[in-house]
Amino acid sequence: MSDTLTIALSKGRIFQETLPLLAAAGIRPLEDPETSRKLILDTDRPDVKLVIIRATDVPTYVQYGAADLGVAGKDVLMEHGGEGLYEPLDLGIARCRLMTAGRPGVPEPRGRMRVATKFANVARRFYAQQGRQVEIIKLYGSMELAPLVGLADRIVDIVDTGKTLRANGLEPLELIADISSRLVVNRAAMKMKHARVRTILEHMAAATGRAVA
Amino acid sequence: MTVKYRWLLPEGIEEILPAGARRVERLRRDLLDLYGRWGYELVMPPFIEFLDALLTGFGRDLELETFKLTDQLSGRLLGVRADMTPQVARIDAHQLARAQPNRLCYLGTVLRTRGDGFGGSRSPLQIGAELYGHAGPESDIEIIALMLETLRLARVEGVHLDLGHVGLFRALARHAGLDERAEGELFDMLQRKSVPDIRAWLDETGLDAAHGEHFLRLASLNGGIEVLDAAGTALAGLGPEVGAALDALRRTAAVIARRYPGLPIHVDLAELRGYHYHTGLVFAAYLPQFGSEVARGGRYDGIGSAFGRSRPATGFSADLKALLELGEGELPAVAAIWAPAEDDAALEARIAALRNAGERVIHALPGAEDGGPRALGCDRVLVRRGSDWHIEDIGPVAG
Repeated sequence: MSDTLTIALSKGRIFQETLPLLAAAGIRPLEDPETSRKLILDTDRPDVKLVIIRATDVPTYVQYGAADLGVAGKDVLMEHGGEGLYEPLDLGIARCRLMTAGRPGVPEPRGRMRVATKFANVARRFYAQQGRQVEIIKLYGSMELAPLVGLADRIVDIVDTGKTLRANGLEPLELIADISSRLVVNRAAMKMKHARVRTILEHMAAATGRAVA
Repeated sequence: MTVKYRWLLPEGIEEILPAGARRVERLRRDLLDLYGRWGYELVMPPFIEFLDALLTGFGRDLELETFKLTDQLSGRLLGVRADMTPQVARIDAHQLARAQPNRLCYLGTVLRTRGDGFGGSRSPLQIGAELYGHAGPESDIEIIALMLETLRLARVEGVHLDLGHVGLFRALARHAGLDERAEGELFDMLQRKSVPDIRAWLDETGLDAAHGEHFLRLASLNGGIEVLDAAGTALAGLGPEVGAALDALRRTAAVIARRYPGLPIHVDLAELRGYHYHTGLVFAAYLPQFGSEVARGGRYDGIGSAFGRSRPATGFSADLKALLELGEGELPAVAAIWAPAEDDAALEARIAALRNAGERVIHALPGAEDGGPRALGCDRVLVRRGSDWHIEDIGPVAG
C-alpha cells in the first residue's frame, strides 16, 4: 500500500457496468482490459490504478491490502465470508440470483443429498439453515452437468435468465439470495486514505442513486 | 508429506536464523527495558494450562484459535495459549491481588490453530503491556503512548492511530432493546460497514426507524477527530453512556495529539474488533505499507471477575516478529577474533581475557575445514610473537 489508490475489478460484466460509476468519481481507465494484456491499468488520475483479476480473487486482494478498493459480487463476498473487509456500498450492478436448481419432478433423495457448487460455504450454510445435512461437491464450472450425469442431486449457482439451466433440463428451485455487486474497501485504506476513499464512495453512491448513510 | 521433505515446517510455523534472531533478541531486550522504565513488571505465564481458564471472558473469540490436548494426569482439557492477555488478567486478579493499579508486561510465543490473516504466522511472538485497576482515560492514554513508543523503538515508520469505542454500539443495542441474536447480526454487519445489509436487515426486522437510523449513522461515523462532534449530534439524547464514551475519546485523542504532534489520528465508531471482551475505548496502529493493523488493544474491564476479582483493565499487544519485519534497520555484524587451534596456556589465558572484555573469540578446531578466519566472520586474528599472543587486523569482513 502506498500513495496510489488501487481498485480491483474483474473483466467482463462487472468491469463494463462499473465504468460509468468510476467515471462519476472522475476515474477513467486509459486502456481497455478486453484488448490489453496488462493486469495493471493506468487511469487519467495519476494516483489511481486498476488491477484486473478474477472475480473470486477480489475479496482476497482487498482484504490483504494488495488493493485498496474493489468491486465484488455479493455471491463472492458471501462465499469469502467478508472477513476483514468493508462493504459500504451496493452498486446495484451485475444483478442476478443465487439459487438451488435440480431436475424437474425429481424428488429429493432420502439419504444425504449431494450438492455440486463452487459456492461451498454458501451452500453448506443455506442447507444447514434449512435443517438439512448435505454433501458438498466442489466444482469450478459447468455445474449444470452434475445432476445430468448423476454426480449430484442439486446444484447451487448464479442464475441470470435461467436459460442455461433450462437448456440442460434443470429448473431453478429455491432462492438463496438476490445478488448485486458491492464496493469493498480495505480496512487500513479506509483509515489511512480516508478522505480519498470517502470522496470516491460518495461520488459512486450518488451515481447509483444510493446514500452512504 | 513424504519423507523427502522432512525439513518442511507446518504452515504458519517459522524458525528464525542467526541474523534475524539477533534482531529479535535485541528488540526484545530494548522493549522490556522500555516497559521497565515505565513501571511495568514482567510476568511469565505458562505456555499451557487448563482450557477453561484460557478461554474465560474471551471464549467465543479464542475457542477456535486454541490448540487443545487432554491432560493425562487430570483428564481435563488443556489449551496452548493463543493469547496471553487472559493469563495476565488471571495473574492480576488472583496471584497479585493488590489494591493499587498493577502494571504488567509479557512476552512469549503463542500458538494459533489458524493463522491471523496475511501470510499469517501461527506462532507469533506476542509482546504486550496491561494496566489494571484504573478506569479513566488516563490509563488508556498511558497504554496507547506505550504502544506508540514500542513502535518507535522497533523503528516502524509512518504509524497511524485508529480510535474507537465499543460502548457506543453496546449502548445503542440496549437502547433499541435488541436481543442477543439481533445484536449479533447487527454486530456482524457493522464490522463490515455494510450499509446495504443493515438497510435490508432493518426492513426485514421492522426495527423502529429512529433506532435503525442510529445504526446506519454508526456505520459511517469514521474519519478525522471531527467525527466525534458529528457523533455528538447524530447520537444526541441516547443517555449518559454515549456522552461519556465520546468524552473519553475526545480527551484521549486530544492528549495523544498533544504528545505526538504529526501522528495521524483516525476515529472509527463502528470498529468492533474484540467486541466480545472489550468494554470501552479500543485502538489500533496501522502502517501505510500494510493492509491490517500491526498492534492493537483496548479496555476490557471486569475480565478478572471469573478469577475472583473484577477490575478495570486496559492493554495492548503486538507480534514482535511482525514488528521486526516492518521495522527499519539491520544490526551491524559482530566482528570476531580468530584464535588458532593450538594447545597453549598463554593462548587460553588471552582468549579468556578477551571474552571477559566482551569480545567474540572463535577458537579454531583442529582438522576442521572451516575456511579460515574470514569465513567465520573474523576481522582479527591472534598471532604468536615469542611467548605472547597479539591481535592482528585482517581487514573488515565482506558482506
